[in-house]
Amino acid sequence: MSATIAAQAAYLVAALLFILALAGLSKHESARLGNAFGILGMGVALVATIVLALDGDADGAGLGLMAVAMLIGALIGLQRARGVEMTGMPELIALLHSFVGLAAVLVSWNGFLNVEHDPGGHEAELLSGLGTLGIHHAEVFIGLFIGAVTFTGSVVAYLKLAAKIDSKPLVLPGKNALNLGSLVLFLALTVWFVITPELWLLITVTLLALALGWHLVASIGGGDMPVVVSMLNSYSGWAAAASGFLLGNDLLIITGALVGSSGAYLSYIMCRAMNRSFLSVIAGGFGIETPAGSDVDYGEHQETTAQGAAELLGSARSVIITPGYGMAVAQAQYRVAELTSKLRAKGVDVRFGIHPVAGRLPGHMNVLLAEAKVPYDIVLEMDEINDDFAKTDVVLVIGANDTVNPAGAEDPSSPLAGMPVLTVWEAGKVIVFKRSMASGYAGVQNPLFFRENTAMLFGDAKARVEDIVGAL
Amino acid sequence: MIVGVLKEARAGESRVAATPTTVQQIRTLGYDVVVASGAGAAAGFTDSAYQAAGATIGEAADADVVLGVNAPAPSQLDRVRPEATVIALFAPAFDPGMVEELGRRPFTVLSMDAVPRISRAQSMDVLSSMANIAGYRAVIEAAHEFGRFFTGQVTAAGKVPPAKVLVAGAGVAGLAAIGTAGSLGAIVRATDPRPEVADQVRSLGGEYLSIESPEVEVSKTGYAKEMGDDYKAREVELYAAQCREVDIVITTALIPGRPAPTLITAEMVASMKPGSVIVDMAAANGGNVEGTVKGETTVTENGVTIIGYTDLAGRLPAQASQLYGTNLVSLLKLMTPGKDGSLVLDWDDPVQRSITVVRGGESAWPPPPVQVSAAPAPAPTAAAVEQVKPRKAPATAKQKFGGVALGALALFLAAAFAPAALLPHVTVFVLAIVIGYYVIGHVHHALHTPLMSVTNAISGIIVVGALLQIGHASTAVTVLSSVAILLASINIFGGFAVTRRMLAMFNRS
Repeated sequence: MSATIAAQAAYLVAALLFILALAGLSKHESARLGNAFGILGMGVALVATIVLALDGDADGAGLGLMAVAMLIGALIGLQRARGVEMTGMPELIALLHSFVGLAAVLVSWNGFLNVEHDPGGHEAELLSGLGTLGIHHAEVFIGLFIGAVTFTGSVVAYLKLAAKIDSKPLVLPGKNALNLGSLVLFLALTVWFVITPELWLLITVTLLALALGWHLVASIGGGDMPVVVSMLNSYSGWAAAASGFLLGNDLLIITGALVGSSGAYLSYIMCRAMNRSFLSVIAGGFGIETPAGSDVDYGEHQETTAQGAAELLGSARSVIITPGYGMAVAQAQYRVAELTSKLRAKGVDVRFGIHPVAGRLPGHMNVLLAEAKVPYDIVLEMDEINDDFAKTDVVLVIGANDTVNPAGAEDPSSPLAGMPVLTVWEAGKVIVFKRSMASGYAGVQNPLFFRENTAMLFGDAKARVEDIVGAL
Repeated sequence: MIVGVLKEARAGESRVAATPTTVQQIRTLGYDVVVASGAGAAAGFTDSAYQAAGATIGEAADADVVLGVNAPAPSQLDRVRPEATVIALFAPAFDPGMVEELGRRPFTVLSMDAVPRISRAQSMDVLSSMANIAGYRAVIEAAHEFGRFFTGQVTAAGKVPPAKVLVAGAGVAGLAAIGTAGSLGAIVRATDPRPEVADQVRSLGGEYLSIESPEVEVSKTGYAKEMGDDYKAREVELYAAQCREVDIVITTALIPGRPAPTLITAEMVASMKPGSVIVDMAAANGGNVEGTVKGETTVTENGVTIIGYTDLAGRLPAQASQLYGTNLVSLLKLMTPGKDGSLVLDWDDPVQRSITVVRGGESAWPPPPVQVSAAPAPAPTAAAVEQVKPRKAPATAKQKFGGVALGALALFLAAAFAPAALLPHVTVFVLAIVIGYYVIGHVHHALHTPLMSVTNAISGIIVVGALLQIGHASTAVTVLSSVAILLASINIFGGFAVTRRMLAMFNRS
């Protein structure tokens, strides 16, 4: 058994372990086991690769560098993982995606330096002997392109999520033409590069891809970030797969394809939840605020106090809480959990209704509530709970806006038309926690606030929930 | 400005236009409040309670804004100053004589019972707040006359069947009656010509008895209308059947501006069991029941008690005064935009326009009709609907098969003409895509974030590529690979660690 064969066998095992990891992550019961499978698979893959590298032409210095780089990376990664606030999860994940993108870019550049830049070298001769040198050129180019788009796209997503840049969509004139033009240019450059693998072409395409990634995500509004993050997740997978083709490594291809297709499917689910076309997300073409319907007179809203809300909750039999990004911003999840356990202790049936795109990351709200020790079996998703609102006494809308906008269901002229929303207004009484009467990310006024059974509770969500807990 | 609270002149009226609580609220709007001596006595509010709330006791009719429950007596109106505003329940729609009489006065008259039924004005809707109380009281009166429990019980002394209550008309009063009777344990049924109230009836625990007729339609004004002959025939059948069965009937049917319709005929009353009780809440407008005596309780020959009280809301004077007072505060809030104690009549506001009977000595009755917000304006919506893209019809099995076949052919051609060395990799790639799709097809929504962070960690597998490149000769390659290894390692370790952290948080209750 040669080292190469052993490594191949190990890669097969690792690939299966990764599949088990993803499958395990689909259910609460098996999620932790799934994560363990993922770690095991990664361990197997790393050991096999290091053995392979040792067996090949890696020298002592190379091995040392390898160990040092991995050690530093591991330390940084673990430290970030330990320190991150659950509300900061979207930023961290976006940042991690950018690393994969950058790594893919570096791997592609290495591929170029090893082969194209060194036409007389050992590997170049090997490839030309096989007649696949042209394919190698194309693979370098494609891997580089996807990696670079992922890299800058993720960086922009990170900056937007961390509120380091304005989350409003960037609107350049003819942005669709810009995106499409970049793709066409990329294809042309690829053909050119396959014919004559010049360094300047590689530099050009790197810059082009970096610019395209930046523009794609910059033109998407902050409210659509859940889709963007999951889309970038998919991109990072494709980048890994492209590197796998470049290096002829099946493990990279399998893993990249797994991540890529599962990420794409996840984005598709998100898009469906927002009633948006999948293509327009990938093309970075939405999130534009539509000023329609702003002159409609919605009437006046009613206000309530924490005291009033507490009385209402105290006499309710069933309560549904629908949190949104505002809860994350206000860090109110612990207070909400406290309120929940208090009400449950009084015998009130408390449940949570989570919209698929609540927050800035798919499943963001679930993670926050889990952090605050809200049991997951009372946290339900939209489809599970939407029919129950009519039978509910009180709904607390905490920092959510567009996801509870009746216009999505009722007003065909609204920009939100057709977007499935939580039908909170069917409940007996709705209390909306909000800082002011400003509109949500979609820039659309919310008629819910003016309904007869809605009362607004203004102020910081955390402070208000605290007041209610106190009043109870 | 000074707000005056009158002592009600009408005999038997127990309500008052302001309570100590609402006096405080009026004062926060910048007004001074004068309460007539003894104004709240019948509702249980003493003069000293008003004084404690910041009011002075004095002659209320001299104030700038005069509040009453019923139309003030002529002697009270004579005292009102020309530039003042009088707010009370004048019933201008039913009492043209009153409108004429008021038109001769120099001041402004606002009638609270003319508030339009729009969402914005709901906080001022006296008819609703009074109807709510009256509906509650109707059940209490019925329970008082009824010789049995409402709720069914199994006791050591035998089994008690629950009372059956029929509520005719599921408006505000009817709904309140349904809720009250239901919470006392009775079996409640309700009828109403408007089918849209069925859910409201059920939400209060009642059973909705529908009258199947082509005339049944969704109300545009929020009130019921008079129905045609076919409907009436079916309605009579239903009531006749129900009367033989139920123990208590509460009728609330009122049609704006008309005498109340007769729902329960003398024969139906005669068919009821002895000891049954009927509360006719429409007694003031002629009654829904044949044999109702306005303002009194009568017992028929077969022992059925018919209650025709017209002051049901007034029989809960403290509650009724509090709600009416709050309705007035809402109106004053609307009309005091500066919160500076000066009343401004905004002629362009449909709510204020609707309730104005007399404006500065000139009759302003009747007001123009107000569009009720219940039905959305149809015209612009229809245009917008057309702009909405038609949804794609789902593909038929044939189309699907054709699409897949076409895709398969394209893939075959692409693979067949691809360089041979690439084919094994492409095979693996395509199969892995399919597996990725199916493996997360049923992912639980709550696990999206952990799933994403795990896939993120896994995509750190790119480290393998960098590891394989590190040993090569060129320094540039080695440096780049090291950087790539470092980045990918952050990903791997960070991704798995953060996933572990998240998953550890998910707990079942």
